[in-house]
Amino acid sequence: MALKEMTAKEVAQKVINNEKLFILDVRNEEAYQDWKIEGESVEIINIPYFDLIEGVDHILDQLPDDTEKLVVCAKEGSSKFVGEQLVEAGVENVSYLQGGMKTWSEHLEPVKIGDLKDGGAIYQFVRIGKGCLSYLVESNGEAMIIDSNRMTEPYKIFANEKGLNVKHIADTHLHADHISGGRKLAEIFGADYYLPPKDATEVTYDYNPLEEGKDLTVGNTKIQVQPIYSPGHTIGSTSFIVDDQYLLTGDILFVKSIGRPDLAGKAEDWVSDLRDTLYRKYKDLSDELFVLPAHFSKMEELSEDGSVIAKLGDLYEKNSGLNVEDEGEFRKLVTENLPPQPNAYQEIRETNMGKINPEDEEQREMEIGPNRCAVEG
Amino acid sequence: MIKTDKVLDAKGLACPMPIVKTKKAIGEVEPGQVLEIQATDKGSTADLQAWAKSTGHQYLGTKEEGDVLKHYLRKASEAETKEESSYPHVINNDELKTKLGNEDIVVLDVREPAEYAFSRIPGAKSIPLGELEERMSELNEEDNIHVVCRTGNRSDRAAQILSEKGYKNVLNVVPGMSEWDGETEND
Repeated sequence: MALKEMTAKEVAQKVINNEKLFILDVRNEEAYQDWKIEGESVEIINIPYFDLIEGVDHILDQLPDDTEKLVVCAKEGSSKFVGEQLVEAGVENVSYLQGGMKTWSEHLEPVKIGDLKDGGAIYQFVRIGKGCLSYLVESNGEAMIIDSNRMTEPYKIFANEKGLNVKHIADTHLHADHISGGRKLAEIFGADYYLPPKDATEVTYDYNPLEEGKDLTVGNTKIQVQPIYSPGHTIGSTSFIVDDQYLLTGDILFVKSIGRPDLAGKAEDWVSDLRDTLYRKYKDLSDELFVLPAHFSKMEELSEDGSVIAKLGDLYEKNSGLNVEDEGEFRKLVTENLPPQPNAYQEIRETNMGKINPEDEEQREMEIGPNRCAVEG
Repeated sequence: MIKTDKVLDAKGLACPMPIVKTKKAIGEVEPGQVLEIQATDKGSTADLQAWAKSTGHQYLGTKEEGDVLKHYLRKASEAETKEESSYPHVINNDELKTKLGNEDIVVLDVREPAEYAFSRIPGAKSIPLGELEERMSELNEEDNIHVVCRTGNRSDRAAQILSEKGYKNVLNVVPGMSEWDGETEND
């Protein structure tokens, strides 16, 4: 049996559908500890490829007999190298991940969230390898894209297939974990690019200010996208209420956690903003709104169809970050013992401001790793 | 330019080839010698470090020159990991630290030039152990010589050589650079 190739899309489908998959990750231990493919049905072990150069016999007893085995590395070279050896050693059902973790990091899976009341729909683009979520709202042939990723192709293909005229592109805040595709998409589609002005004080390009009270419309005039100023993760962070049904929270509120206030270096200053947004501003909104965040951190946050969504009312009951009564406790939670910051987050912020313009390959390197934008209560 | 014993050209090669070739090349140098690996694969830095750690070879550092990464690796010898020192006059790292800047001493670093290049005690003089006999005249017999290497083994041998040749004030620094937490400088 020859070594097979598995695409990031196939792996994503397996993860979402809870299909059994055994992964042999052959990157070095540090890279593996930093970030790996996760899923409820995924069993994964790490043996660096350099321990397998002289042969794979010593690890054969660690591989399951029946399950599909996937060899994974950073780009794909080493996984092919190890995969071939496994095949030669008589192991069956072996694949390698095409493009490696780099491609995994970039894969976007569009999932339909629901219909809008007056025609149209909202879609979530799940970047499963990195935990980034972006959105496309469409109605009557028009569309708006929110919190887009650097990879513009999936949005382009999606819009073209559906024959959509993309009018608006927006970011809920200046991202620190991934490079926004907003500016590029605005150019591609001839659309307007919106940013919260308070996050855009240092940007080097023209943009449209995102302001509370100035609603945007997509297609049918009844499809409203209502900006809600909700600072805390960044000073400009702005949420959207789409069609009175969906609350796009950006990096302020996630399904199992809340945003961290420190990625722009202002943790202490922004704690009270974050508290006010989560404990007052959002609380005044309807419990029936569906929260659609810009991230997830754990695979368990994905629902059966692969989407990440929760009712605001439910989050006020279950999300521990929304249930810290004491202000001092809350301050501690979001400023102390924070997880490490996302890789290269300073450079990513500068790229999003337009201050630096790294080559594609460099941008890819900068984004490797998990998003780490959340704090768990 | 850092002096090395062998240069491996792995430029343009993608993972896993830089490590595959390094593994082969390290077999072709003697223990204690330094291998320079030239690579363009960005992932090679982390992988070489991890590989060196798992094999016991000493990863010295990496220099970037344009698109080329130059990795320096010193092949470990079994003797290095053994803790046998026979030269009786020793001084520990902390004692040396307090002497630096206060007393008129010579710090003699007997490691390979590549090790010396990446991290050394400020002002240390470099004479690799293998060159000590021929370059001994660069030192005065009356100098207060403190010999340092990575773990105290090479410096032990150097201290013995020096005292046999009539150098009177020679101390071996133990353990040496592997545990050095004082100031350092590099190229």
